[in-house]
Amino acid sequence: MSLEIIQDKCTGCGICLKACPFGALTLEMRDKLGLPPSKFKRIVKVEVSCTLCGACVPTCKFDAMKLDKPEAAAPADRPLDAYRGIWVYVEQRGGHIEGVSFELLAKGRELADQRKTELVGVLLGHDMKGKVDELFARGADKVILADHPALAGFDSDAYADVFAELVKKHKPEVVLAGGTSIGRTFIPRVAIRVKTGLTADCTGLEIDPKENLLLQTRPAFGGNIMATIICPNHRPQMATVRHKVFKAGAPDPQRKGTLIEEVMDIRAGRAKVVEVIREMTNEINVAEADIIVSGGRGLGGPDNFKLLFELAKELGAAVGASRGAVDAGWISSFHQVGQTGKTVCPKLYIACGISGAIQHLVGMSSSDTIVAINKDPNAPIFDVADYAIVGDLTEVVPAITKVLRGE
Amino acid sequence: MHIVVCIKQVPGTTKVQINPETNTLIREGVEAIINPFDENALEAALVLKETGGAKVTVLCMGPPQAETALRESMARGADDIVLLCDRAFAGSDTWATSYALAQGIRTLGAVDLVFCGKQAIDGDTAQVGPGVAEFLGWPVITYVRKLEVKDGKALIERTFEDGYEKIEAPLPCVLTTVKEMNVPRMASLKGRMRAKKAEIKVLTAEAVKADPKEIGLKGSPTRVVKIFTPPKKSSGVRIDGTEPSVAAREIVSRLKEQKVI
Repeated sequence: MSLEIIQDKCTGCGICLKACPFGALTLEMRDKLGLPPSKFKRIVKVEVSCTLCGACVPTCKFDAMKLDKPEAAAPADRPLDAYRGIWVYVEQRGGHIEGVSFELLAKGRELADQRKTELVGVLLGHDMKGKVDELFARGADKVILADHPALAGFDSDAYADVFAELVKKHKPEVVLAGGTSIGRTFIPRVAIRVKTGLTADCTGLEIDPKENLLLQTRPAFGGNIMATIICPNHRPQMATVRHKVFKAGAPDPQRKGTLIEEVMDIRAGRAKVVEVIREMTNEINVAEADIIVSGGRGLGGPDNFKLLFELAKELGAAVGASRGAVDAGWISSFHQVGQTGKTVCPKLYIACGISGAIQHLVGMSSSDTIVAINKDPNAPIFDVADYAIVGDLTEVVPAITKVLRGE
Repeated sequence: MHIVVCIKQVPGTTKVQINPETNTLIREGVEAIINPFDENALEAALVLKETGGAKVTVLCMGPPQAETALRESMARGADDIVLLCDRAFAGSDTWATSYALAQGIRTLGAVDLVFCGKQAIDGDTAQVGPGVAEFLGWPVITYVRKLEVKDGKALIERTFEDGYEKIEAPLPCVLTTVKEMNVPRMASLKGRMRAKKAEIKVLTAEAVKADPKEIGLKGSPTRVVKIFTPPKKSSGVRIDGTEPSVAAREIVSRLKEQKVI
């Protein structure tokens, strides 16, 4: 298990150094390493920070890099062919099904058709039977329902227990779940328990037609590089996906499916929820919104957020913010978009007075259409914008609101 | 009370730049920092140490260079610093990393609380905190913004997308922290002097009794098969040098034309 530099092929050109996401390749003098003389003075050296990711290998023009990856055999007690079906964890909060679950059912439908297998929605909750038909309408062939008072609210222990048991019993090939605060808490525990891989925050999911493996693509290193990840020898292949990454399909009320009610012995978790407090009941959640009007440090102060709320009202939009505006205390962190905030993928993102730090860009750059308003003609936000308006947002934003009002 | 804080050393992304020709990260001159969310985890532990008395051990899995992150933790007030470092860990995904950290924690004696940051800013998976809890068999509460430890219980505020929950958890447990929880302190001069001289305990895979089949690339169910740069967006339309009212009319008509609004 190593990355080998083939001595008589490496020319010391250094091209591979730039491809390394970990800075784990360096150039060394051959004589310093005690290597025999060659017409090339330098050679690539692999440092300990190498993670054997393999990004460098295809960049080498001289076939001087060789990566030995052991392919562990599938555990004998779990033949991979025994795992069939695409599962979507259907997330509910307070009895309401989260939008991300419909998006995953649409994606799951595609994958199931491609694999010629069934799409199964797995719903954990209490008194949720009334929601099952909607899951069929959204593409599920089957719904597995675990209905129990202990599952009404999110209980990390109980959810992990139930879901892991269902996986062991039904053996799905693929499990998709929302990259929400619930999904990101208990799904990793399930993956550990059933010993399989889990890829977080995928932005692309495809079936490799040759190997029938799920190709899971996600941004890495702050979104500057995309990585495609597979889980070759373990099942199920598990992935989480954030809100708005995939599009929900239109429901077909005629579609029917099979309901499987699982009666299980469920023990309540060790941590007890004492109180649930909703802080955003009347506001549009930025993670769910189709249009977002977002503000940054360029607003100059908390008062100018009023201009954004006015525009947002005309558009039926949610108001977002950059880290700069949140850290300055101008608006609450529930609005924050970016690496430390929420990843959003609306149809329209209007960035007002946001310069476009990389941390912000990774949270919004996959929006369908981006409009940026900034005084600075060289602001990096303009690099990702479809429409770049160079100007003072305190004038441009109210002007757009006026046009929309028909004034 | 014995608290373990798991930290990761990451590139300080605020200084990351992209090479426009190769479209890759420029790593030269990028300093390595403690993952910012782990700083909140450390701060939470140090606050408990000050208010209720606790021993704080900081555990980091990484290459020998991660020593600097551990020394920084001690300069801020950690009592013990431990580096989980072995070539055999290289290539670990979140499954194998969670396993290795849990094995490391098992060698540290009785532990009442484990803190992790909610996620690392380089990988952004948020999987290792819950993973460690699963291997230890302990409860996990993620996205913690407020904590009080009373009568052997943790009283927690856990954030959601649209609010928070008050949760009561037994000890021992694993908590992952969000940045709203606190403002991480700076190191004191005295702390720096102490950290400089401190001995770092290095644990190998063998020392933590890690099963060689469960660590590194061999123990990782996932594999990276391809790394590529995302396709660049074609350059957009620029509206410059016009009156705000003209610019506003133009953008609205273009968005309507494209059926965006």
